[in-house]
Amino acid sequence: MSRRSRIALKTGVWAVGLWPLGFLLWRAWAGSLTANPISFVTNTLGDWTLRLLLASLGMTPLRILFGWSWPVSLRRLLGLFAFACAALHFSVWVVLDHFFDWGTMGADIVKRPYITVGMLALTLLVPLAITSTAGMVRRLGARAWRRLHALVYAIGVLAALHYLWLAKKGVQDPYWYAMVLVLLLGVRLWDRARRLAGRRRRPPLVAPALVVEPPRGSRSRL
Amino acid sequence: MLIKRGGGFTSSEITDHRLYLGRRAFMAGAAALVLAPGGAPAAAPPAGQALTAQRNAALSLSEPPTTVESATTYNNFYEFGVNKEDPARLAGSLRPRPWSVQMDGLVAKPQRLDIEEILRLAPLEERVYALRCVEGWSMVIPWIGYPLAALLKRVEPTSQARFVELTTLLDPEQFPGQRKGLFNLGSLDWPYVEGLRLDEAMHPLTLLTVGMYGQVLPNQNGAPVRVVIPWKYGFKSAKSIVRIRLVAEQPKTAWEKAAPQEYGFYSNVNPAVDHPRWSQATERRIGEFRRRKTLPFNGHADQVASLYSGMDLKKQY
Repeated sequence: MSRRSRIALKTGVWAVGLWPLGFLLWRAWAGSLTANPISFVTNTLGDWTLRLLLASLGMTPLRILFGWSWPVSLRRLLGLFAFACAALHFSVWVVLDHFFDWGTMGADIVKRPYITVGMLALTLLVPLAITSTAGMVRRLGARAWRRLHALVYAIGVLAALHYLWLAKKGVQDPYWYAMVLVLLLGVRLWDRARRLAGRRRRPPLVAPALVVEPPRGSRSRL
Repeated sequence: MLIKRGGGFTSSEITDHRLYLGRRAFMAGAAALVLAPGGAPAAAPPAGQALTAQRNAALSLSEPPTTVESATTYNNFYEFGVNKEDPARLAGSLRPRPWSVQMDGLVAKPQRLDIEEILRLAPLEERVYALRCVEGWSMVIPWIGYPLAALLKRVEPTSQARFVELTTLLDPEQFPGQRKGLFNLGSLDWPYVEGLRLDEAMHPLTLLTVGMYGQVLPNQNGAPVRVVIPWKYGFKSAKSIVRIRLVAEQPKTAWEKAAPQEYGFYSNVNPAVDHPRWSQATERRIGEFRRRKTLPFNGHADQVASLYSGMDLKKQY
């Protein structure tokens, strides 16, 4: 891929990642944050956290299915934008919704399963965001780094549950998100099963040196 | 982030009685002047027409009302869709005229009442009530109507009648939310059915409602006729009612069928009984920034608590 198209792709991701903030600022300026602005802002940020998280989880399946390598280079940026959205979503809850009423929020985290899993998902995102730099990959070593970042699968499930459990009956969006998540994780499982089966079928006499291993760090664990 | 709140309305804004009596002539003139997009049919829905009523100050909150804008654009009315903005966006498909309400069941005089008859049945009054949604927000709305008791007395409930069942119009043509969704997850079990104990229905606070903010009820707020029960969560206040049936057994309500552990038959506003998934201790008044404490029976404890004496309200939520 040319340098120019890489820049275009990254620019596109920046535009998508900054969209929710721009959208909210525009609605605030236009005075159209609905009759319940705090709820609207919280929900919008929550929606975009899930969308960006699913987008970041969608890059590896694109490589598996179509053999493209460029999507994986966008994974980190998408993940970081998802984290930013999640952090804003959380901040709105703390500052605007509950206005630092730590007692109530603490009780909710313990008592309300949808808040428990949401809080857990955000907490697990923190180490991933911190170790997202190339320097951190080097410091941890590719294997440990990959193992740590496999947490994103758990985060995806927790985030989907957060939405499924909070939505009132009749709201279909959380089911859509959950379905996309299942598809994205399913592609990985299918790919893994296929590779394991391929290895088993391989005649044992083939010299190990002839087996072309993918370069380290280029494949996720699932 | 704060929404500017209108200061309610002053007595000078209340339509003069002579003008009120001449409202049909006025509307005819107005209709001739206004070019309604799409062309309003001859029997134009009367939403938006002025509807005046004396304020019942004794039964009204003294708080300033929520803006009309908020009260007509932020609605839960699943018949139009599950999102708050759906009702305002899609309300045009509901035809509140002609309309009639079937009144039957355990009554001495079953009858079908035309909406025009219902409007004339008792003097209209304005009541400012807080509407507390089960989701944790609330609005202050000046409703127009008269006690549901006046309508019920007309059909003479028999001695076996113990509950009142209220049914909303079932018509997917007019209510897009009643059409089948993709996973069929969208639907409640239509039609929407709500219910009250007879003494709750006969309580003077229970308002048969035909207007709000000095106007005929907008479609998205339950035109042409709904009930408002100010001490219960909003979903108990059935909208666009087509049938009122008196029964001996406690009716199975739409939300009870959908999620019995979350929405009980009584659903009295109660800060001490949480919704299984969230706390009901506080609420956000639309237009305000900080949450406020939710009051037992939405502030009407002195008027209605006696209806429930001896009941365990944690069990009978």
